[in-house]
Amino acid sequence: MTTMLEYSGVHAHYGAIHALRGVDLNVQKGEIVTLIGANGAGKSTLMMTLFGKPTASAGKIHFQGQDITRVPTHRISRQGIALVPEGRRIFARMTVLENLQMGSTFADPAHFDADLQRMFAMFPILEQRREQRAGTLSGGEQQMLAIGRALMGRPQLLLLDEPSLGLAPLYIKQVFKIIRELNEAHGMTILLVEQNAHHALRVAHRGYVLQHGEIVLTGTGEQLLASPEVRAAYLESSAEAHG
Amino acid sequence: MGQLIQQLINGLTLGAVYGLIALGYTMVYGIIGMINFAHGDIYMVSAIIAVTVLTLLGSLGIAAIPLSLLITLAVAIFFTAVYGWAVERVAYRPLRGSTRLAPLISAIGMSIFLQNMVQLTQGARVKPIAALLPGGFELFTQNGFTVHLAYTQILIVITTVLLLCVFSYLITRTSFGRQQRACEQDRTMTSLLGINVDRTISLTFVLGAALAAVAGVMVTVYYGVVDFSIGFVAGIKAFTAAVLGGVGSLPGAVLGGLIIGLIESFWGAYLSPAYSDLGTFGILILVLMFRPSGLLGRPEVEKV
Repeated sequence: MTTMLEYSGVHAHYGAIHALRGVDLNVQKGEIVTLIGANGAGKSTLMMTLFGKPTASAGKIHFQGQDITRVPTHRISRQGIALVPEGRRIFARMTVLENLQMGSTFADPAHFDADLQRMFAMFPILEQRREQRAGTLSGGEQQMLAIGRALMGRPQLLLLDEPSLGLAPLYIKQVFKIIRELNEAHGMTILLVEQNAHHALRVAHRGYVLQHGEIVLTGTGEQLLASPEVRAAYLESSAEAHG
Repeated sequence: MGQLIQQLINGLTLGAVYGLIALGYTMVYGIIGMINFAHGDIYMVSAIIAVTVLTLLGSLGIAAIPLSLLITLAVAIFFTAVYGWAVERVAYRPLRGSTRLAPLISAIGMSIFLQNMVQLTQGARVKPIAALLPGGFELFTQNGFTVHLAYTQILIVITTVLLLCVFSYLITRTSFGRQQRACEQDRTMTSLLGINVDRTISLTFVLGAALAAVAGVMVTVYYGVVDFSIGFVAGIKAFTAAVLGGVGSLPGAVLGGLIIGLIESFWGAYLSPAYSDLGTFGILILVLMFRPSGLLGRPEVEKV
């Protein structure tokens, strides 16, 4: 296995808040790795630090062996990293098709038609709505669009930040099914940030638990699912909610 | 009847110039949500450059009209674009991420700076040039009143319509246009997708300035006189045109420009030339009261 993404001793600050305190984390090629933790533990910061928003105040981030700690934000995605951000952040006043085109801005135009068909096969709803303004889509449909937009850039590493947040149960199921499919059928490497620990640990090969900006626990998905600390802190309430 | 048609022609020409300037306003607003109050002065700089180049070409003995017009356009667009780029770099970029009011004030400062710079370096006197494109058609004569349609008027209207089409296509159909609209909606997400937001904004200012440059050259050719202060009033009127048409909408900017040009011509001909601005700004007040999003603008309410 080769290391795709590696955080070593990463610190980050949001204003006066010391959001990350020496995080070590790695993602191997072909893996699904999940990062779980409570609200405000620093999960989103950890992901955004990769894009230099904010820039790591100490430590290094390597992608495919290259130091990308201080690479400007707009150069990160061109290296082959795509983000499905928290809250989806689709372009509401553009059509569905235009949103997908935005995702492929720096991809080889020769692949565009085939990639578009692939997205429409994966998310048929997007094909039906292709000329519709993205702001008129439902939350679940917008999430599909955000994932589709990220994939249009042909990334080697896909980051998903709380993709199930605020979605109806049916869409939550679909999101995790897509994550599994992308990994199994297309070999996509995925880093998944989730509050929904139950679903996330079941789909992931490995997981990290983040608490107050520090990694406190790591292991395979099954190990973490079985771990008493994880069960007590992250699963008891969500296990009830998801049966 | 003859008087009416003549005012219609004059009003449309004037309106086309306002529309051309308003296009630059509206495009910059469309991407960073800021009214670039220095835009009118960028247009003035272009008119001054046009006078300089035309005088220079005249003294070199280059008289062929299409050639001198093209050279003037090219030189004016180049230097004006540099001005547009520099103004953004110096006065607006450092304030990005600060309050909405800060760049607005800095824009007014830039406007005062440009006026004074031109006044100091070029002098305050009105600069005339010989008519570059004299003549036109005599459409008809009625009761001793002859209706004229000058070649420059045709040139101005065609240029405006052409540029409206080109820029509408650019913004709605091309990758660069999508990037511009994306910057307007969510700059962070746009940069996460790999787009250099600073560069996109710079280019938008350059394009806006280029539009102002074309308007400046056209006005120089049409009226034959320019001075350092023409940018202020033209800028305010073009701004009114952009608001009237709906800020952010390109066809709206040209439509608003035409309406204001027509009001000004008719008000001046039939009511009172001294108070024609009253009509223009009266309309602005009415639009802001009853239709704040403008004639073709999108309403502010968005489904989330």
